Amino acid sequence: MSRTSDISRRTRTVNRLLTVLFSVLAIVWILPIVIVLVNSFKGSSAIALTPFQLPNADTFVGWQNYVNGMKNGNYPFYLSALYSLVITVLSVALILLCTSMAAWYINRVNSFFCKVMYYLCIFSMVVPFQMVMFTLSKTADALQLNTPLTIPIVYLGFGAGLAVFLFNGFIKSIPPDIEEAADIDGCNAVQTFFLVDMPIMRSTYISVGILEIMWVWNDYLLPYLVLDRTRYMTIPIHIQFLQGSFGRVDYGATMAMIMMCLTPIVLIYVLCQRHIIKGVLSGAVKG
Amino acid sequence: MKTRHSSKSVRNPSQLRSMRMFAPLFLMPTFLAFCIGFVWPFLQGIYLSFFRFKTLRFTTFVGLDNYKQAFADESFLRAFFFTVAFTVISVAIINLAAFAIAYVLTKGIAGSTLFRTIFFMPNLIGGIVLGYIWKMILDGVIIRFLGSTLALNATYGFWGLIVLLCWQQIGYMMIIYVAGLQNIPVEYVEAAKIDGANGRQILWHITIPSVMPSVTICTFLTLTNSFKLFDQNLALTGGAPFRQTEMLALNIYQSFYTSTTNMGVGQAKAVIFFVVVVIIALAQLYFTRSKEAQE
Repeated sequence: MSRTSDISRRTRTVNRLLTVLFSVLAIVWILPIVIVLVNSFKGSSAIALTPFQLPNADTFVGWQNYVNGMKNGNYPFYLSALYSLVITVLSVALILLCTSMAAWYINRVNSFFCKVMYYLCIFSMVVPFQMVMFTLSKTADALQLNTPLTIPIVYLGFGAGLAVFLFNGFIKSIPPDIEEAADIDGCNAVQTFFLVDMPIMRSTYISVGILEIMWVWNDYLLPYLVLDRTRYMTIPIHIQFLQGSFGRVDYGATMAMIMMCLTPIVLIYVLCQRHIIKGVLSGAVKG
Repeated sequence: MKTRHSSKSVRNPSQLRSMRMFAPLFLMPTFLAFCIGFVWPFLQGIYLSFFRFKTLRFTTFVGLDNYKQAFADESFLRAFFFTVAFTVISVAIINLAAFAIAYVLTKGIAGSTLFRTIFFMPNLIGGIVLGYIWKMILDGVIIRFLGSTLALNATYGFWGLIVLLCWQQIGYMMIIYVAGLQNIPVEYVEAAKIDGANGRQILWHITIPSVMPSVTICTFLTLTNSFKLFDQNLALTGGAPFRQTEMLALNIYQSFYTSTTNMGVGQAKAVIFFVVVVIIALAQLYFTRSKEAQE
């Protein structure tokens, strides 16, 4: 009896030590973001010279960096943010709608053509973007898919592989019997899909949707190469532009804009963490 | 690939007929976009790798010349070895750390959920933004204590990229390992305990063999992520100094878009890159799958 209580006491001490250790580690883990936040209120030279100091009376500039970053240059940040939002919402909506329909059809009809398309989708997941980046940007140009309203078609094309694969994985587990019942009740294929299958797939839509949002929102190279750069930027392109442009780099504005970019993501993460983690796990089944 | 296409296809002929009627509606949008966004660019990419070109209007067939030039390009070979070294080290560190953290978090220590939330967070940040966050921090440290900068020293650039990728991906892999660890039936561990196994024996003979599927997935993901890294590389070092920290994806990008006389070389490099990625993916899956089967 005393032996077990000894062990449990020892485990408890070890666990307490681990909690302390992990607390330290967790603080280190979020430190980079805290440093960016602190620096976003300091002047550019102070960021370059003393990046790890809290702002003092000389270096504190208030919201100045945010104001500068928002309107600096000949391209305002709010436009980039707007285009990022439009592109993400449209692309993800299009991907979810089209690929879930395609995945359902592929799984249920399973003809030769369906099989070919399914294996092509799997194949496309391994192909690195560099393989197609030049030809894809030329094709998109030729077809005028280079605006925020048309680039979702490019995203649908390049992102179809993973999405079809994930939806197919879930559709396999839906018994076709309920669809047969719907058929007997007089539903056609469209009605069956939208009224019977779509509600069942609700959580899959959320998981896949989150994966796609994280991809499109953060994507840099595809929109950089495909969009008409003189007219449209997204947030990652804008931040690269702030830093990469020749001449004096405005560190203050960059820090502020990085914060502007992080805040919505972190908020969404805190609000729907459960779904995000589920999305990650369903994406991890690939491979 | 794990999931074979085991389909529960529709058998009822009248139902199948009514479904096929709607084939264009269900398949066409995805199929057309897939052709535009993947199939056609892919085929055209392979085709163009045998041509010398600067614009698509003037192309000259040169056979395997682009490939010869690619293999003769010193920067390409250097990028290749840089990428391989980077991938080996980052895969090892990320997976060990992620497993260790997941192992502790599933032991039921206080605050597990909060820790999980924090460790995963960097994964939501895009590569470009990550690169500039770490550039500011690492340069701050390096300038003060080492008297150099990321852009001046390739060794710092290399380890800077490792630090960045670890920060980004450990949380992601941790989530997968946590799920794997939670799936281990309690009876296994109980039975081992009754048989007198100690903690280390349980770890080596029960826990690790049971999470092999998670190991497969995580090594696959970290391998391909590291090997294909682009955004982080561009933002953190941009290849500086003198293209010494250029990884393969960035090297290919540069041979397309900076002072190029012949884009065909870039396209040939891209094809080589693609083939290497496919070989790595297949080899890795074959290797760890056979491990899994043994357990």
